[in-house]
Amino acid sequence: MKKRFSRRDFIKITAVGAGAAVIPGCSNTITWEEFFQTNFKEMSPQEIKHLLAGLEEKYTKEYGVKFTVKATPAREGVVFGYALDLSRCIGCRRCVYACVKENNPSRDVQIQWIRVLRMKKGEFNLEESEHYYDPDKVPEDGYFYVPVQCQQCENPPCVKACPVKATWKDPDGITVIDYNWCIGCRFCMAACPYRARKFNWTKPLIPKDEMNTDTHYLGNRPRMKGVVEKCTFCVQRSRDGRYPACVEACPVGARKFGNLLDKESEIRYILENFRTFRLKEDLNTQPKFFYFFSLGWG
Amino acid sequence: MKEKIKRIAEEFRYFIKSLLDVMFVGGRWFYVWMSCLTVLALTGFAGYVIQIQEGLVVTNMREQVSWGFYISNFTFFVGVAAAAVLLVIPAYLYHFRAIKKITALGELLAVTAVSMAIMFVFVDLGRPDRVWHMTPFPGTLNFPGSILAWDMIVLNAYLFLNLIIAAYLGNRRYYGKEPKRRFIIPLILLSIPLAISVHTVTAFVYNGMAARPFWNASILAPRFLASAFCSGPALMIIIFQVLRKQMDFRIEDSAIFKLAEIIAYAMAINLFLMLAEIYKEYYSNTLHLSPMKYLYEGLHGHNELVPWIWTAIIFNVTGFILFLVPGTRKNFITLNIGCVLIITGIWIEKGMGLIIPGFIPDTLGEIYEYMPSVTEVMISAGILAAGAMIYTLLVRAVIALDTGRVRHPGTPLTFYDEDRL
Repeated sequence: MKKRFSRRDFIKITAVGAGAAVIPGCSNTITWEEFFQTNFKEMSPQEIKHLLAGLEEKYTKEYGVKFTVKATPAREGVVFGYALDLSRCIGCRRCVYACVKENNPSRDVQIQWIRVLRMKKGEFNLEESEHYYDPDKVPEDGYFYVPVQCQQCENPPCVKACPVKATWKDPDGITVIDYNWCIGCRFCMAACPYRARKFNWTKPLIPKDEMNTDTHYLGNRPRMKGVVEKCTFCVQRSRDGRYPACVEACPVGARKFGNLLDKESEIRYILENFRTFRLKEDLNTQPKFFYFFSLGWG
Repeated sequence: MKEKIKRIAEEFRYFIKSLLDVMFVGGRWFYVWMSCLTVLALTGFAGYVIQIQEGLVVTNMREQVSWGFYISNFTFFVGVAAAAVLLVIPAYLYHFRAIKKITALGELLAVTAVSMAIMFVFVDLGRPDRVWHMTPFPGTLNFPGSILAWDMIVLNAYLFLNLIIAAYLGNRRYYGKEPKRRFIIPLILLSIPLAISVHTVTAFVYNGMAARPFWNASILAPRFLASAFCSGPALMIIIFQVLRKQMDFRIEDSAIFKLAEIIAYAMAINLFLMLAEIYKEYYSNTLHLSPMKYLYEGLHGHNELVPWIWTAIIFNVTGFILFLVPGTRKNFITLNIGCVLIITGIWIEKGMGLIIPGFIPDTLGEIYEYMPSVTEVMISAGILAAGAMIYTLLVRAVIALDTGRVRHPGTPLTFYDEDRL
């Protein structure tokens, strides 16, 4: 039987010589195998299995706690949608903190995937919104709150922008990133109209005891310096049939999540029975993140 | 057979040795100039090592303003590179002899400027070790989807085309032969649309983003071209004068004045397009005015870019007037003042003045004011120095080939008579 000359072989052969000068400087923890790794989308099931086992071992060694790294694919017949009840949101930012706890973003420099904007009642002008409100008690009189995270666009400008196909929209509608393939050019950040994408300006710092060890390759596994990350609707949870952490954490039930293809789902009920809108609809990004109002006052 | 290989090796050794002699052996000022550049380049390299170790956190770029000084300089140098075409068009289409002589120098400037542009993008990458992902194989280049992939392709194509042209012309000079027109003319003609596309595609990188209203205006690419035809030739006018003084290089005043005249026309178009842009945003007065307001007058009390852009406008307008009036255009003092004003003006306008307001206010309305950090300035200065070094060496080689100081032993010196002083 003849062995086919694969992409992987090619990289190994050519890069052994050429790469030697470049790699050592770039990171203290990078291994040869990581350097030669191909794009996740082009890997065979065996290669993925091997990759995940290697990562589990690496993270377990690095952080001194046992890690699981899965790569659960999108389920057939599922497209995730999200709805946020602006009439109930009180601006407490518990979703922000739950997200941080779940998704292992850097604590120092701080990265948060959800931003809650405080708006003056009577207008909806992002430029007039306050990102850093800090009162003793929320909600405050005369204001309402608009949490913003990745809108999981049907027509994502970030995916189009990426020069190396390191980010793509999976069949369940979630836009994910292969952190091992991203080159850190940040074109996607410039292209995103919702400031959903965050960059690791330095090596992410997370205290060991705060590490969530139940991880997904395309989701909350530890990231490295120099790559972009973003909200994935908690792909490590949602693909196992659980709610994203922000949905669970919301104390007023303002966050709703479900399968847009399932006629019986709560998200479909909301779309059919309430008046919803999406952010920056004029850009034709077609978010699967909807805002609605269940209460007429308050 | 063995004899033949030996002879070729001997000839090649002779060629390399005489080339290195003219490139690296020079007068006192040459060594002073190269030493200064080496120091700057090494400082920049040290800065880059720090940036590799710490990450891009050593820059002042942040989530809100995710591109900064590096990408600003990248944009400016793509413009300089594209302007080399300005020398090629009149030289080969209209046989304007005075300019034809300096075409090779313009092409080398294009090579240098593209190299610098690529270096500026490279230092901006978070993962330079993965830059090979941008190849179609073994990487996964997102072509034709990503306009950045297009940009990488045209920049490299333009770089190699110019290198091939320069190398071929040099080779013919070395052997004392006239270039074969059937070979060189198609390549030179190809470099014209490629130069325009290099700049157009770079403009499209910003232009295509609906998320950034400041860039999402169709006037962007034409304005890029207009301003490139100002900064590139202005830089060339200064370089040609230095070469004329320092080396055995002849250039007629008429060629220089012609360039200055072209700059005046290009600047007129550039200023007109700027006014068109300002009118549209200010008169319609939508929320999309905010980035422009931030740039020209400050927004919500934030105004760090305001002095920059007004400097650029004053410099550009003054330069335009100096180059429009024949009296000041043909006076070398005012001509050089005009060149410096225009280079600085366009550097601001097509650099910080274009990239930074794209991010201010950011897509969720926050204002984060950006100015480059010390490390960013260090690294950028290093790239500038590296570019100046490359150009100095290349130009020395080309002039030596042109005047026959480096030539094949079999080529008679009389072949170069026309070009020697």
